[in-house]
Amino acid sequence: MLCVLCECRKAMLKRPKTLQPICKPCFYNVFETEIHNTIVESNLFFPGERVAIGASGGKDSTVLAHVMKTLNERYNYGVDFVLLSIDEGIHGYRDDSLETVKRNKVQYDMDLEVVSYSELYGWSMDQIVAQIGNKNNCTYCGVFRRQALDRGSAKLGIAHIVTGHNADDMAETVLMNLLRGDTARLDRCTELVTGSDDSPVKRSKPLKYAYEKEIVLYAHYKKLDYFSTECTYSPEAFRGTARTLIKNLEAIRPSTIIDIIHSGEAFVLKKKKEKKGKGSVVVKAKVEEKPVPSGGCSVPLAFDSSLGLSNRCTKCGYLSHNAVCKACVLLEGLNAGRAKMQIEGDSADGAAKNIKTLEKLALSI
Amino acid sequence: MQITVEFSGGLETAFDGNKKHVLDVPEGSSVNWLLHHMVETLMPDHKREEGKNIFLQDESVRPGVLVLINDSDWELEGEDQYILQPRDVIIFASTLHGG
Ligand SMILES: [Zn+2]
Ligand SMILES: [Zn+2]
Ligand SMILES: [Zn+2]
Repeated sequence: MLCVLCECRKAMLKRPKTLQPICKPCFYNVFETEIHNTIVESNLFFPGERVAIGASGGKDSTVLAHVMKTLNERYNYGVDFVLLSIDEGIHGYRDDSLETVKRNKVQYDMDLEVVSYSELYGWSMDQIVAQIGNKNNCTYCGVFRRQALDRGSAKLGIAHIVTGHNADDMAETVLMNLLRGDTARLDRCTELVTGSDDSPVKRSKPLKYAYEKEIVLYAHYKKLDYFSTECTYSPEAFRGTARTLIKNLEAIRPSTIIDIIHSGEAFVLKKKKEKKGKGSVVVKAKVEEKPVPSGGCSVPLAFDSSLGLSNRCTKCGYLSHNAVCKACVLLEGLNAGRAKMQIEGDSADGAAKNIKTLEKLALSI
Repeated sequence: MQITVEFSGGLETAFDGNKKHVLDVPEGSSVNWLLHHMVETLMPDHKREEGKNIFLQDESVRPGVLVLINDSDWELEGEDQYILQPRDVIIFASTLHGG
């Protein structure tokens, strides 16, 4: 079967988005050009901008890094890309994937910054799991990971992170927010650029319209160096179920993913009346190292707390809607558990109690 | 005749953990035959029920698992009706895992 685009080479894949049979060179061309169009249409970058690529060593972020480098050179974006990697401290998993990111640094000729959970929170993921068990640890993954990228960027003086979220991820997120009735997130989750609601750093998703199938095939055909084993602590049951549902729907209705994203984009939450005194102050991250506080978050504060804004975590100074940010709430639970265990020397009781507290927390997040 | 089966995206964990297998198969076998042959011979007994669930659905490959026949999307090759040829390389890549 011939490629429908060039009509001269053998078709190697069927595009999930259009069902067109196309050849490898045409595939690279349409895949990269669509991402370029997403970037240009939204004025995602400006010349001279320093942008961090959230790099996990997995296929999405590796393809992202590869395509960003390719497009930056092809179209002269003039962007200075830096790989930013989080070391969660998961033994065996992160060790290998970090090696992958280190090779990517050389392959893509980019700077690499690694920030560890131990540095940021005083706890590695392995230690967290040892304390709370395997249940609910994805609550920690999510909250800590999100802040870690932001804090890492702020530390580097970078105000923009790109992440490898793809169309399939986006559709899942829309569906999950819909099923959970989380209308606030449903309103925002399809945005290409997510603003600085609880973060001083701008985040964007250049692969927003790229299908997972094409990302996998791009990485495979281009022989990109990525790490393919799943996070050892990963089973997030709800997302898995949403994903299976979408895959099954897609088998009947091929446009399912893009349809769900469009529905998500069209969904606009009815605006509530603005509260007085809580205006939208734009805060610029100011990079300055402060002495590490003893206990609590062992994070060098990268934000200028002298601005005296009310929407900051009172513990760590991180932007937050509540007096104490989610990460600090979780840390408090962990630290209390650690202290309790040290005092009582009775780990079973302490751990059980902790899990109960965490289950309540998980519901409220 | 000999063919090669490869896993990526973590799918090998549904089998015996090896990413690559060289298999002897009868001539004229289809990919559908191969799928069941793989479940019978490449999955350890104690993991077969669970592994089959990760790999197959309604007697074919579960949606979300990509299949490449000599690097070509199996959707262009007749999917599980494809008749295996000597020295074929069949890749099963799961897209269901994060990354
Ligand atoms: Zn072509
Ligand atoms: Zn997790
Ligand atoms: Zn905090």
